[in-house]
Amino acid sequence: MSAPRLDSDDEIEQLPPDIAAKARALLKSLVRPHLPMVIFLAVIVVLTAVLLVIGPVFIADALDKGIPAAIDGDLAPLIRAVTLFVASALGSAILAFTSTRLVGITAQKILFTLRERMVTHVQRLDLGYHEKSTSGRLVSRQTSDMESVQQFLSYSLFETALALLQMSFIAVTLIVLDVPLAVVVFAGFVPLFFITKAANSTQRSAYRRTRTSIAKVIVHFVETMGGIRAVQAYRRQPERRGTLSDQDTRYRDANTDALRGVAWFAGWTRLIGNVTQTVIIVVGAWLVIEGWTQIGVLAAFILYLRRFYGPLDELVQAFNLYQSASAALEKIAAVLDTDPEVVAPENPQMLPTHGEESADSASSAAESAAGSGRALDLEAVRFAYADGPDVIPRFDLHIPAGQIVALVGATGAGKSTLVKLVTRFYDPSDGRVSLDEVDLRDLDDEQLRSSVVMVTQESFLFAGTIADNIRIGNPEAGDEEVLAAARAVGLDAYIRRLPDGYATDVKKRGGRLSSGQRQLVSFARVFLADPDVVVLDEATAHLDIPSERLVQNALATVLEGRTAIIIAHRLSTVEIADRVLVMEAGRIVEDGTPDELISGTGRFAQLHQAWRDSLV
Amino acid sequence: MIFVRPLLRFWPDLRSRIGVYVLVLVLTLLANGIQLVVPMITGHIIDGPIAHRDLSALWLPVLGVLVIGIAEAVGMWARRMIVAPVVASWEITWRSRLFDRLQYTSVAIHDSWESGQLLSRAVNDLSMLRRFFAFGLPFLVSTPIVLAVGTIMLVVMQPVFGLIMIVMAVPAIIAVAVFEKRYRETSRRSQDTMGEVTTDVEESIQGIRILKSFGRSPWAAERFSAISSRLKALEIRKAELDSWLWSVLLLLPTLAQAAIVAIGTWGVVQGWTTVGTVVAAVTISMVLRMPIEMLGFLLADALMALTAAGRYWEVIDIRHDITDADGSVEDDPEVGHYRGQLSFDDVSFHFSDTDRLTLEGLDLRIEPGQTLALVGATGSGKTTLASLVPRLQDVTSGTVSIDGVDIRQMPVNELRRLVSVSFEDPILFSTSVAENVEMGAPGADEEEIWNALEIASAKDFVSRLPEGLDTQVGEQGLSLSGGQRQRLALARAVIGRPRILVLDDPLSAVDVDTEDRVQRALREILPDSTTLIIAHRPSTAALADVVAVIDDGRIAAHGTHEELLESSPLYRELMGASAITQEGGRA
Repeated sequence: MSAPRLDSDDEIEQLPPDIAAKARALLKSLVRPHLPMVIFLAVIVVLTAVLLVIGPVFIADALDKGIPAAIDGDLAPLIRAVTLFVASALGSAILAFTSTRLVGITAQKILFTLRERMVTHVQRLDLGYHEKSTSGRLVSRQTSDMESVQQFLSYSLFETALALLQMSFIAVTLIVLDVPLAVVVFAGFVPLFFITKAANSTQRSAYRRTRTSIAKVIVHFVETMGGIRAVQAYRRQPERRGTLSDQDTRYRDANTDALRGVAWFAGWTRLIGNVTQTVIIVVGAWLVIEGWTQIGVLAAFILYLRRFYGPLDELVQAFNLYQSASAALEKIAAVLDTDPEVVAPENPQMLPTHGEESADSASSAAESAAGSGRALDLEAVRFAYADGPDVIPRFDLHIPAGQIVALVGATGAGKSTLVKLVTRFYDPSDGRVSLDEVDLRDLDDEQLRSSVVMVTQESFLFAGTIADNIRIGNPEAGDEEVLAAARAVGLDAYIRRLPDGYATDVKKRGGRLSSGQRQLVSFARVFLADPDVVVLDEATAHLDIPSERLVQNALATVLEGRTAIIIAHRLSTVEIADRVLVMEAGRIVEDGTPDELISGTGRFAQLHQAWRDSLV
Repeated sequence: MIFVRPLLRFWPDLRSRIGVYVLVLVLTLLANGIQLVVPMITGHIIDGPIAHRDLSALWLPVLGVLVIGIAEAVGMWARRMIVAPVVASWEITWRSRLFDRLQYTSVAIHDSWESGQLLSRAVNDLSMLRRFFAFGLPFLVSTPIVLAVGTIMLVVMQPVFGLIMIVMAVPAIIAVAVFEKRYRETSRRSQDTMGEVTTDVEESIQGIRILKSFGRSPWAAERFSAISSRLKALEIRKAELDSWLWSVLLLLPTLAQAAIVAIGTWGVVQGWTTVGTVVAAVTISMVLRMPIEMLGFLLADALMALTAAGRYWEVIDIRHDITDADGSVEDDPEVGHYRGQLSFDDVSFHFSDTDRLTLEGLDLRIEPGQTLALVGATGSGKTTLASLVPRLQDVTSGTVSIDGVDIRQMPVNELRRLVSVSFEDPILFSTSVAENVEMGAPGADEEEIWNALEIASAKDFVSRLPEGLDTQVGEQGLSLSGGQRQRLALARAVIGRPRILVLDDPLSAVDVDTEDRVQRALREILPDSTTLIIAHRPSTAALADVVAVIDDGRIAAHGTHEELLESSPLYRELMGASAITQEGGRA
């Protein structure tokens, strides 16, 4: 924690140099599972392009041959041409119907996978990453950037393929019709190539700027709405508006630049197409007049030429959606490319079993009350955040199974860091943390999480009912168990008074919970989770004294025999502790039973005296 | 067509740039028109100069084609150049309006919205509207004109052919009508679901510690997956609806062409039309196919924009219920002189979505300069009471007044300058320590900031931060401990030496020593501030001039700490007195 975090946040924003390649690799990996579908769509593209090219041939046939024959009394050629035309139109419609659906479905499946990958990966990232990053930035990856990718996948990929194919068909037709004229047409591709190349680099940087600037807007928006109480109470509205306006101005400028880039690109493309057409007319006229080319060939050529350059507009549009999407995909790839520092073990080990654990849950709950704690060991542990100074210089500690330890010390003594190591939110820089002799780094993640549970001061509620929120402790818990947990922490009476009881949505219809009640929900979660080791980091700070005592008594009975580490400024915790550790500057300076320490003359004795004096 | 109202409401913005926008429309129309003109000239060149092998007659029409070609390219360039800054500015103007509306919307209404629903409106919906006004709308206006002109040309040429086009329009209109309602509904649900996705993403990141701590990341992923697959299903539904409309709009004009050829031939045989007319009619209908096909896409785009507009106006239409007398909120009103007597008279409060009273007929008076400690069990209404003072919420009945003036009569921001608050969940913004503290007294100098930090017992740790006062904190900055954040928030509350100080359990995460120091500093340095402090600890209550006990939304007891310990069993219980006796007995 040495450098100001704004720098590190910008670092996160900075994309690795090979990000374009990574974004492409990501796209490939997303498309690969849909390869059969993509191939099928490719066939549809080819058929669509064929029908697009030959449809007009049938109608021309009807006009050129059908009508004269019909006037002469022979309806057959007309009927044949019109039937073929209608058939090709029907075919086109069916193909369009199929492709629109399949493209939509495939694009949505790809996006679904990408969204899920993001969510799963973000959940895997360690706390170190989350403490450096902001929620707004990750939200912008999942929303605004994802939208860019969707725009391209849903509306452009198929159209691009179709346009390119159509152009290739027409190009072949042009060559077959007349080689010298075709050469003139293809000469137009030389400037087009350079323009595309130039647009590629300017547009890429413009779209990258839009992605970066909209992310900043989102971060600001999220922060303002999240802190609306302070914004209003401290009259920050004008200042917040100013910042939004600064950031949004940057977004607008980037957006304007990108859109104007499209204007230049589209304008040039169209100009080249139109000039080529004029040149064709002149050269063609000369060739015809010199007798080197048939007049009919020239007519056909000009007709096809217009259709040849027609799809270019669509390609320009697709090109830009592609640029925007790839800038977005780069941002997404950068998140997916971040490796968590706290990684799941390759060969996960399990904890030693506790005797008859397989007994059915009802009886085991009673039996396991004693002795289902786990021993915790920290051996030669050193810890520092990134390149910062050591927060914990060297630490050795053995907590036997079933011991309840109170951790005491001033702010910044390293208590919270210590419990983050015990819960493996961070890994130690040196040394090892182990649970029943198993290094946490080798321990199966699911088992780690079910046996070590931490409750902190912040008690976040997720959208949904109160019951669902309690059930985070154990999603399989039945209603009875949820009820029992709520009752144990003294939340039941309150919940029953809510409009829909346990089914009350915590964010709607009178479900507002005070911070104290939210903390009680956190505790109820612990009761359901029924872990071997409980870590409480200032978890009772918002509770009134009777509620705190109720929770502690409940903890003392239900979690009897479990190992516990409790950090609290209110020394009432000590009432249930077997052992007190006093920390200072990342070290233990006092260690003993509460009685020993209280009767001594050390730090804890002073703290305890001050606390006693603060009471009635 | 009442349902297009949300889009019509953007008319004032459109009108302010109407000159430019009309130019864009004209350029769009011209671009469409040129598509009709160029084939006619090239046809003329082939039939005339080339057929007659007359090079000299070639130059004029070729020059025409070249000029039109250049004009078309320039027109296309100009249209995009012109429209880009206009729509980009609109987008940020709308966002700034949305943002501002929300900034002044009361906390109660904020709490009733999911955060992601607001964000998805501010970002996704507005960018959708930007795209619609840049491309969708100009083409939506010009395309029917092109179609009308084409149809009129057909009618003039041969009424029967015109009739065929018009008959063809009937099934097209039916298809559009069937499509429109379903698409609008699906689009609305899809955009709302996008808001849910946003909310869920935000929650799964903000609640990451809890998810990790309980090993519930898979649960969060499943939850997200459920919402995300709903979004997927809705988007696929949109694609399915698109596929119907688009293929119908692809098929109909080709059927019309076939009909023109068939009926035209019959007409030629009958003698009421000529081969030339049939060819010309087919050529025109060929040109019309493109705009008809495009209509399907434009319609879908317009319907999505309509949904986005509806969602935008929902927020803009939120009624501001906590305002100055004139219904607005002045940012920087004059602050009058007040002594700081704060009273609650017969105050009741319930949240708008429930009848259950959080506060019920509550009376309380704090004299100028007095410190009152408010004590009560979890969920008894303490925080609600505190939020009434700076009018983050308004009373349902009764009055809160300062020096006898109902706070609803004062300009909101005058009140908020008189009243400083520190919340139990300390909110720091992503900026430096100095700026976070200075918010309490804009313009405060460094010395005043250090003084405030000293009162809050935060001076020591701030001076040890890597960059002292300039250290970045907040979500984007250094992560501080709960106790450190609380103390910074407290420094912000006290820096302006406010007339009235509301402290909602401001030191719950701080050790007893520090709390004691802060308490004494507050008394010494701010003797004139009327203070309402929510407290759980006896030491805090003991230092207050007077203590009020709140129980179930009413003041249950009132008096000094000692008096209440004597007289109120509830107070004794809340202060943990009984337990201490027990413990004392045990020890």
